[in-house]
Amino acid sequence: MNGIVALYVFMLAGFTGYEVIRRVPSILHTPLMSGSNFIHGIVVVGALDALFGATSTSGRVLGFLGVLLGAANAAGGYAVTERMLAMFRASGKETK
Amino acid sequence: MSTLVSPLVGLCGFAAALLFILGLKRMSSPASALSGIMLAGIGMIAAIASSVIALPDLPAPALAALPLNAGLALIALILGGGWAWWRGRHVAMTAMPQMVALYNGMGGGAAAAVAAVALTSGIRPTGVDLAATLAGALIGAISLSGSVIAWAKLDGSMGSAWRFRGQRLVNVLVMLAALVLGALIAIFPMPGPVLTGGFFAMALLFGIAMTLPIGGADMPVVISLYNAFTGLAVGLEGYALGNPALMIAGMVVGSAGTLLTLLMAKAMNRSLTNVLFSDFGETGASASGTEATRPAKSAEASDAALAMRYAGSVVIVPGYGLAVAQAQQKLYELIKLLQAAGVGVKFAIHPVAGRMPGHMNVLLAEAGVPYDLIFDMDEINDDFDAVDVALVIGANDVVNPAARSDKTSPIYGMPILNVDRAHQVYVIKRGQGKGYAGVENLLFGLDNCAMVYGDAQAVLAAMVQALKDSG
Repeated sequence: MNGIVALYVFMLAGFTGYEVIRRVPSILHTPLMSGSNFIHGIVVVGALDALFGATSTSGRVLGFLGVLLGAANAAGGYAVTERMLAMFRASGKETK
Repeated sequence: MSTLVSPLVGLCGFAAALLFILGLKRMSSPASALSGIMLAGIGMIAAIASSVIALPDLPAPALAALPLNAGLALIALILGGGWAWWRGRHVAMTAMPQMVALYNGMGGGAAAAVAAVALTSGIRPTGVDLAATLAGALIGAISLSGSVIAWAKLDGSMGSAWRFRGQRLVNVLVMLAALVLGALIAIFPMPGPVLTGGFFAMALLFGIAMTLPIGGADMPVVISLYNAFTGLAVGLEGYALGNPALMIAGMVVGSAGTLLTLLMAKAMNRSLTNVLFSDFGETGASASGTEATRPAKSAEASDAALAMRYAGSVVIVPGYGLAVAQAQQKLYELIKLLQAAGVGVKFAIHPVAGRMPGHMNVLLAEAGVPYDLIFDMDEINDDFDAVDVALVIGANDVVNPAARSDKTSPIYGMPILNVDRAHQVYVIKRGQGKGYAGVENLLFGLDNCAMVYGDAQAVLAAMVQALKDSG
């Protein structure tokens, strides 16, 4: 990718992350940390690409490790975040 | 090469990036948060699909080995994803912070592994790509080993802080060694496994060395920092791989994580440099004692319960001790009884209640407490003058007025909940011990404060019983 275009992408993504988080109430900080933790689990895609393209044993071992860890990051991040957020509810939706 | 495949791969990546950002946005409000993580989940599936759709475009040698590689990928996805999913579903809510730390470290490790594949392959990246690969590898590896240490500390399988003389110098030397090895990899056209292995070893060592001296109280800030690190590493590897979805997702998390880290550090009245390079979290016991603490009064659980029953307004201040005693359910039972008697009940949450910001909210939500009863420190702190009864459960340092008045106290300047301004304060406390920071609590000696000693679960059960008996 063109280096300058990449810089634009990084800058805009950086501002987006900052702005989205800035308005978050602290009640959601823990789920949010967990949710952003899930999102960088997309690294599993990079690991998959690396493993699919591997032509040597070392490449396969490292790629396998990458997919293993990346999949754990994504799956664990999702499971934990969804579990936490499913618990939040307002007074109106209460049992009584 | 198929003409249809390429645009479809690109569109899947685009959809992933869009859904991640929309998901994060929805996660910023309690009412829509659940749909937010689901959107992000769909984004993840789209991203993984893009990787599979791109398979026919692989170069011939890789295409020949595809059955083997794809089989390995499937095994890795099932093993890694299955294990993490199972753990994530079953881990206790109190253990959530260390679990997030562990998953985060794995993401950093995955980024480092992706970089290692590129560095050891026949066709090495060059120029800026190589620099991005190396930087991502360094940051990812630090995040991996650092997060594992953070996990071990929070999980209690490792002592709190480990320090020795000249530690900072050693850390600087390890970092320099990693940087020099990284530069050598960039300079030599064909770096051997020793050089590459040494580079990763030094990066991992630095993550360990950087985290070891940090005390348990500061661990949430550190986890959040490593979360941002992993995001950055993923973004850099995304650049090296030419994958915009990775770049955007990684950088969004990198900046959001950095902001979150700063917010957390601010809530604890600590600067980030202070967290990383000072000796708090552990010391402090020696600094107390300037003001002789007055003996604390104690009260019976039933008396405290009846005082709340006939109060107009009650504010509950829960701390980690409540979660340790697994008493959230009992507490909510008590609150429903108080509400039925016409008492206005609110929760006041300190930013660092629990083990990371927002952790206490999660623990209360688990017990079924509606989130509109829960107030942040800033929302409620000015109202304590008008509160009849404040009930502090398993919290200590965050209600210590010494943070306002005693300049010699290690927690001086930390924002606290002004419970001492309520007409009457009850503190449910296991024993006479000090809080996490090891500081005497001036609150306990005040005239309007009484201690209810005992396990939070038992005390709350006694309170519930007293209310039921009183009709």
